[in-house]
Amino acid sequence: MSLLALDDIHGGYGGADILSGVSLTVAAGEIVVIVGPNGAGKSTAMKAVFGLITIRRGTVWFAGENLTRLRTDQIVRRGICYVPQVDNVFPSLTVEENLEMGAYVRNDDASPQLARVYELFPRLFERRSQAAGTLSGGERQMVAIGRALMLEPRLLLLDEPTAGLAPRFIDQIFETVRGINRALGLSILMVEQNARKALGFADRGYVLVLGRNRFEDTGPGLLANREIADMFLGG
Amino acid sequence: MAIELVQLLIYGIVLGSILALGAIGVSLVFGILRFAHFAHGDLMTLGAFFAFSFYVGLALPMPVAFVFACAATALTAVVIDALVYRRLRRTSPVILLISSFGMALILRSLVQLIWGPSNQVYDPGIQFPYLIWGLRIKPDQVTIIVGALVLVTGLHLFLQRTRIGKAMRAMADNIDLARIVGIDTERVVIWTWLIAGAMAAAAGIFLAIDTRLHPIMGWRLLLPVFAAAIVGGIGRPYGAIAGGLVIGIAQEFSTLVLSPSYKTAVAFGLMVVVLIVRPTGLFGGRR
Repeated sequence: MSLLALDDIHGGYGGADILSGVSLTVAAGEIVVIVGPNGAGKSTAMKAVFGLITIRRGTVWFAGENLTRLRTDQIVRRGICYVPQVDNVFPSLTVEENLEMGAYVRNDDASPQLARVYELFPRLFERRSQAAGTLSGGERQMVAIGRALMLEPRLLLLDEPTAGLAPRFIDQIFETVRGINRALGLSILMVEQNARKALGFADRGYVLVLGRNRFEDTGPGLLANREIADMFLGG
Repeated sequence: MAIELVQLLIYGIVLGSILALGAIGVSLVFGILRFAHFAHGDLMTLGAFFAFSFYVGLALPMPVAFVFACAATALTAVVIDALVYRRLRRTSPVILLISSFGMALILRSLVQLIWGPSNQVYDPGIQFPYLIWGLRIKPDQVTIIVGALVLVTGLHLFLQRTRIGKAMRAMADNIDLARIVGIDTERVVIWTWLIAGAMAAAAGIFLAIDTRLHPIMGWRLLLPVFAAAIVGGIGRPYGAIAGGLVIGIAQEFSTLVLSPSYKTAVAFGLMVVVLIVRPTGLFGGRR
């Protein structure tokens, strides 16, 4: 059984529907990537999981439970974390306070998780008492991912984690994502602009076009598909 | 001359402490709820009159009356939010601003209805100032400065050390992200009103100690309070403290060259200058 399932989702931000029939699944321990041209509804599909858009039709299932009508904080408590593409740190809070906010819904002592995140990103430990707004783009992304890990989620949603980063950070972020997937058995659903690279390391991928599913295959399978290559992988 | 300057500085710090306590609330409310709370001055008035009832009416000791009045005003702020602002939160900030203006009129009228339109004092009679190196300092002024210092320190510890205080700063930084990490934003809103209300009451009581009680005392102070919040950087409680002191001291020093009736104009002028030179305020608040 899949951990997460979107079943024929229709919806948007209150106006016209952005999504008109998106279905996808993520199995436990899997890395799934959503790719597609601009305006295909990739980020919107991700927000649908997190209760951040108005879902007009369709259902979001997580571990056998219907999430469609839950509030965001209730969804967080069920073990899903979402890392938005931009504005994903609290700029005036220190790095450590940002990480603490990730554990906000936990009622236990989160210091073991904090130690784990610092182990994963030693750079954040060096900068722990610095305001997150003063960090570089790559470091902010580490804070954002680290904050999500504080909750020890079962599913991590990453919205274009490499957007606007320098190439050396891009590889580092991909490696980190794979690392936490392997080490923690964490399922990951991510949207990526960097389609070729993302499909190369994902277990499975979905191609969305105009708010609908267009292709669905293993990562290598999608990479080998000529039609997709012509469409937006740049030949 | 030097003595006179130091004397004005002391008056400025007293006024600045009062403005800072008011501005903290304005700034917190703006940071969390994104609207300029026009009823804040009248919340200050209400706090001062609550203390009047507890202290003069029920003859409780002043510190007890102070705490009760802060608690009553904080609760009033929470109730106002639940009855009025909460319902308008999904509309535009302008509608909230106008509704808070209406709330200001309601509060002021209620104060007049309950306590009457005339001047009142907590303690009749004249207080004799201490004379220190030629400076005149009234015991009340010491109370105000020490009281403001204690409250500001308490606020600092709350914002830096407690879970809800950190969540409050997080929400002021980025409300969408605060929801995404699972912060219960409505709970943070309630805490914001509790603190803003209690601080407003403290400001009102200190103002009444320094001058006297009157139904429009808080309304009159609203412009300098807003100026303090904006000079410090709106949405930044620490900026509000600095802004309060800057405005308070500038207002008192202005009496050297201007008639005291221009004090409010000085606050306004300073606010305009800061908006031109550094639009985000001294502490880099929101635009």
